[in-house]
Amino acid sequence: MISTYCERFWMASENYDPSRQNPGPAPHLAASVKILIAGGFGVGKTTMVSAISEIAPLRTEELITEVSSGVDDLSGVEQKHTTTVALDFGRITIDRDLVLYLFGTPGQDRFWFLWDELARGALGAVVLADTRRLSNSFAAVDFFERRGLPFIVGVNCFDGAPRYTIDEVRDALDIDPRTPVLLCDARNRESTKNVLLVLLQHLIELAGREPVST
Amino acid sequence: MTRPGDQWFDDAAGPLVRPYAVTRGRTMGAGYELDILTLVMLADHAPILRRTEPEYAQIIRLCHVPQAVAEVAATLKLPLAVTKILVGDLIGEGQLIFRSPLVSETGTSDLNVLRAVLDGIRKL
Repeated sequence: MISTYCERFWMASENYDPSRQNPGPAPHLAASVKILIAGGFGVGKTTMVSAISEIAPLRTEELITEVSSGVDDLSGVEQKHTTTVALDFGRITIDRDLVLYLFGTPGQDRFWFLWDELARGALGAVVLADTRRLSNSFAAVDFFERRGLPFIVGVNCFDGAPRYTIDEVRDALDIDPRTPVLLCDARNRESTKNVLLVLLQHLIELAGREPVST
Repeated sequence: MTRPGDQWFDDAAGPLVRPYAVTRGRTMGAGYELDILTLVMLADHAPILRRTEPEYAQIIRLCHVPQAVAEVAATLKLPLAVTKILVGDLIGEGQLIFRSPLVSETGTSDLNVLRAVLDGIRKL
């Protein structure tokens, strides 16, 4: 009774939208997949996401309740225990059925557990490396190796000439010889596109040991 | 670093409304397993929204276009955990439909999905 009344009222209102009432085809929802862009702080993760995303990168925040450590003094109130950790992400609509999200992982190592949720179900990852601070990429490489999540390494060329060759970077990071390592420019759309293509080809190679008839 | 007696101003003071106030203190949702990548959109024949909190209406407005939970959170500037609860409420009431992300077991991603993504990126 009440609902009938409400419906009438709704239909009479200016906001009534007939498409909400017409039984058309079932609404279509694409499926989502994600690729992670990892690496140390300031290595160009968000830059890479924005170079290729169809939307301006979005930032979302997760609340972290931390047990305060170190120099916590007893006067108490100064220390905030809740911090936020930001995730930047972008979107690429692949087709009607598939949307790809690119997530920049938080740079701070201590937010591992967030990486965990991020890594779950990811297709793969790009580890961005800066040759001036290669050690900043160790944490990401370690994490993906331990998780068994396939990744490639993109060496972001900050000021033109890198100081190391690709082989030297590979040695320094101590990664599997089959893991692709390539030079890139995270600001450049074509270069970023190329990085993602190399990652996808690597993933297809790993996934499709047997030939597929398509 | 703040010292005793210092005052917090603007952003340093944190949000004016505690984040979980909009969920009425709930830190658990209605039981839907929502991922940051779960896509949500307005349901056909959605019932009339009877909730008065502005966040619900904002989510409904956004979801005329399919959105990931992370996108809803980013647009509304709400923490992910809070957004999941609010979106879960709306799913429970039949306002929104949702689709969980494709989750690949590590290393065994569906080849068809990988190929589709490869083609999609090539066409960019």
